[in-house]
Amino acid sequence: MMIKLTGGKVYDPANNINGEVRDIYVADGRIVAHAPEARIDKEYDVRGRVVMAGAIDPHTHIGGGKVTIARTLMPEDHEKDEVAHTALTRAGTGHALPSTMITGYRYAEMGYTACFEPAMLPANARQAHMELADTPLLDKGAFVMLGSDDLMLRMISGKTSFEEIKDYIAWTMHAAQAIAVKVVNPGGISAFKFNQRKLDLDEKHVYYGITPRDIILTLARGLLELGVTHPLHVHGCNLGIPGNVETTLATIRATEGLPLHLTHIQFHSYATEGDRHFSSGAVQIADLLTKYPHISIDVGQVMFGQTCTASGDSMRQYNGSKNADPKRWVVMDIECDAGCGVVPFRYRDKSYVHALQWAIGLETFLLCEDPWRIFLTTDHPNGAPFYTYPHLIRLLMDRGFRRETMQRVNQDALKYSTLPMLEREYSLYEIAVLTRAGPARSLGLKDLGHIGPGARGDITVYKDDANRETMFTTPELVFKNGELIVRDGKVIKVVNGATHVVRPEYNRSIEKPLKDYFDRYHTVRMENFRLSDDEIIDGGRGEIIVQPTRSRASS
Amino acid sequence: MTAHAEGDRPGEQGASHTYDNVTCPFCGLLCDDLQVTRTGSTLKVSNGCPRATAGFQRPLPPAKPLVRDREVSFEEAVQAAAGLIRQAKLPLYGGMASDVAGARAVLSIADRTCGVLDHALSEGQYRNFRVVQTSGWIMSTLTEVRNRADLLLIVATDVHKLHGRFFDRIVTNPHSMFEGVANKRTVVFIGEGLDTSAATGPRIEEVITLPVAKDRIPEVLAAISARVRGFPVPPPEAPEAPPAKRGGLFSALMPAVRSSSSTPAHEIAGVPFAGIDAIAEKCKKAKYGVMVWAPPALSMPQADLTVHLMTEIVRELNLHTRFAGLSLGGNEGAPSAASTCTWQTGFPLRVSFANGSPEYDSYRYNVSRMIDEGEGDLLLWVASIGTDIGLPQTKVPTVVLGTPGVRLAQPPTVYIPVGTPGIDHRGQMVRCDNVVSLPLKNLGRSQLPSAATVLAAIEAAL
Repeated sequence: MMIKLTGGKVYDPANNINGEVRDIYVADGRIVAHAPEARIDKEYDVRGRVVMAGAIDPHTHIGGGKVTIARTLMPEDHEKDEVAHTALTRAGTGHALPSTMITGYRYAEMGYTACFEPAMLPANARQAHMELADTPLLDKGAFVMLGSDDLMLRMISGKTSFEEIKDYIAWTMHAAQAIAVKVVNPGGISAFKFNQRKLDLDEKHVYYGITPRDIILTLARGLLELGVTHPLHVHGCNLGIPGNVETTLATIRATEGLPLHLTHIQFHSYATEGDRHFSSGAVQIADLLTKYPHISIDVGQVMFGQTCTASGDSMRQYNGSKNADPKRWVVMDIECDAGCGVVPFRYRDKSYVHALQWAIGLETFLLCEDPWRIFLTTDHPNGAPFYTYPHLIRLLMDRGFRRETMQRVNQDALKYSTLPMLEREYSLYEIAVLTRAGPARSLGLKDLGHIGPGARGDITVYKDDANRETMFTTPELVFKNGELIVRDGKVIKVVNGATHVVRPEYNRSIEKPLKDYFDRYHTVRMENFRLSDDEIIDGGRGEIIVQPTRSRASS
Repeated sequence: MTAHAEGDRPGEQGASHTYDNVTCPFCGLLCDDLQVTRTGSTLKVSNGCPRATAGFQRPLPPAKPLVRDREVSFEEAVQAAAGLIRQAKLPLYGGMASDVAGARAVLSIADRTCGVLDHALSEGQYRNFRVVQTSGWIMSTLTEVRNRADLLLIVATDVHKLHGRFFDRIVTNPHSMFEGVANKRTVVFIGEGLDTSAATGPRIEEVITLPVAKDRIPEVLAAISARVRGFPVPPPEAPEAPPAKRGGLFSALMPAVRSSSSTPAHEIAGVPFAGIDAIAEKCKKAKYGVMVWAPPALSMPQADLTVHLMTEIVRELNLHTRFAGLSLGGNEGAPSAASTCTWQTGFPLRVSFANGSPEYDSYRYNVSRMIDEGEGDLLLWVASIGTDIGLPQTKVPTVVLGTPGVRLAQPPTVYIPVGTPGIDHRGQMVRCDNVVSLPLKNLGRSQLPSAATVLAAIEAAL
């Protein structure tokens, strides 16, 4: 089956194509080069339309225990957005915490074809993958959390050999079926279980005597040497605390040239100027990033309205629970492995703090010059639900709209941010980097995020509308592996996506100390902790794609 | 229908096969360290609790699909079930005792046929859900408690009877991870007639028993709550006794007031004030205390308020130390059903798809209430694990997907025997702490199809 998309304006940064008119050919699910002799089975006239690869969300909390806790917590939020079944699609609920099927439909209807759950606890990996399996139309993957698990902390504090630590990282990635590793409040989730209420970058964990800096460097170096493409994904210390920009700057400096991805950096960019001792640190972050080319970020943009925050950072979420709106929240200590905190939140445009958070996010986007190192996220649902992306894109692309919107927010907040002075407007090419090419390169997805020959046939076609919010809300056509799944912003066919993982090399002898550890301390057997391929493939319902890693190195 | 045992080899019909690291589906703890040997269709468990042993070793009576008591082929039974569902205006999907795949299949057919779904044991679960959905909580999980707890308050629950290996695995375990932390534990039992015999051994420092009648446990909890907050019990100047008609809910919330008027001074529900004080002090001094309950055991009136009292004590203690709740129970696949329903619809069970979209009402769509009050015009009941979750009495036509030998209050209109996850087919289940889920093996006991397979066949036949 050969299909042809004729005459669209193509934005494909991975292949240096910037708005040129090109024909795109797809055969058997993949993009192919033009072959004059090939018979075209189906042609789509997309003249005047904008053509991009399917979008990729590299950081969105869409599956796993804490999301389902958040769903349980917020029935009244679902009642705002109940979705009926159709002949094609299942019923569910939307708004801030969409149910799994609705998550898949709505992302696809927005032109997204791949999403990555960034906080999968090893102990909860099976459930996270079960939820992702119930999320149709999208390719998916998950980042496994390490660095507050007691075993890693024991290994670091007990001076276990670095090669063995690397084996454990790699084993965990296999066991949890992960594509990357995330650290959340390094050591802090564990410290909270020992009643420590804060843990700064160089503060010692009360029991293990090691610091977040030790943990970050161990994991970052470990992943580099294991050849994992995506660098350590860091949710840093002190989330949400005024003055935490200093911690973030120190974290960047601590890397000593090691690659790192700093996630939802908006929540970590707070300075302490002004009467309220809360101001933007975005300028300092953007400045330092120019000097550290190995650091990438995503924003975690805040948008106004009701949402629910869901994080592995039990320590900071417990602290934030006093601001819960509505007043109900869940904090959990989990399996000597991790934790979680779920706190509903309503961002208000007239609130000084919330308006400043909103401004800091936008400032970060507009100040960071290299679009390849910044990804478009709201840290769904923490900053805002993912369906606000088209609005966010318009804020980035349309200076006039941004100014207009600024007039509606708390004006004092804008005095402590450089946002009103920023004139930059993102181009379509840059948006394609932020939402396609950049995340694909960072995650090592060889055949996603671009539409050159060999890529999967994941393609989004937009009407070129001057109102970019309208344009990005309702794509005209979305293809998944060459099949048309969305027309005019509505799902017309439901398919299942694949699960992307990496399989870095490890020495099998690590299973001996691991088995001892599980047998002595755990309530789950090592053999059962591990998630088998069959559980994901599930008789053909799922598919596993192993993305390449570099060969293992030693320092 | 064609499931073959893992490890089965042709020509080895009579041979024994031993399976290690077997997950047990018979209670919410999902112990996964069982060793089970199968000879033919007979299973033998070498290290199970009484419930596991009874579950695995129960001889499976022969069972055939039945339509109105007449033996039929599988296909005929599926057609008959589909026919009944097609005719129904409001089908009820109950029982839901199955694994995640079974829950997915119930959700799929309930969505498609505009039905209502609920789990047989959701009454217990709702004692927790109501608290989560109004105030939230601070909770822990089994491995965390096993390694960290230095104080356990076990409330109103005969844990040893419900979960035969809980003490063995979580409380009296020989090893724990943190030197100097939780080397010794204090266990407090609050409730009458609780089996405390398993709380022994070198890890146990002290066992305290407050044999309080179940309906007065909220008073004792409220007094502990007051002491933990630093309020005197009773207040120094007791207000006038409330009028007698303000019983029930009000008195449960105001136990100090009630006790000051209705019981002799210096005790609450038979517990001396000094005893209350001692517990409150232990809670405050604990480094990692844990409040343990199993919601099905909280059969007192307004049990959700009792759960709320416990979680509020936990919340208060976290201002200065660490404390968490641990909810047990979760038998018959209840956590699997609730979790799957939550991620697929946003709501934990008791969902109606009657208008096409999920509508949630924890009172209205309580399927056992609906059955009692004659709502709905068809009941499809899934009971693939234990035999106790049988079909309730009802006047509407019934379709039962049950393990052979399941208790039935009346002969169902259609009966289709199904296998048990973790014995007759593989699967996945969610543990009582709602975090960990476990894989279940196919031990090759029978060729019975899974509930999910049968439901998919019925849905395909609609």
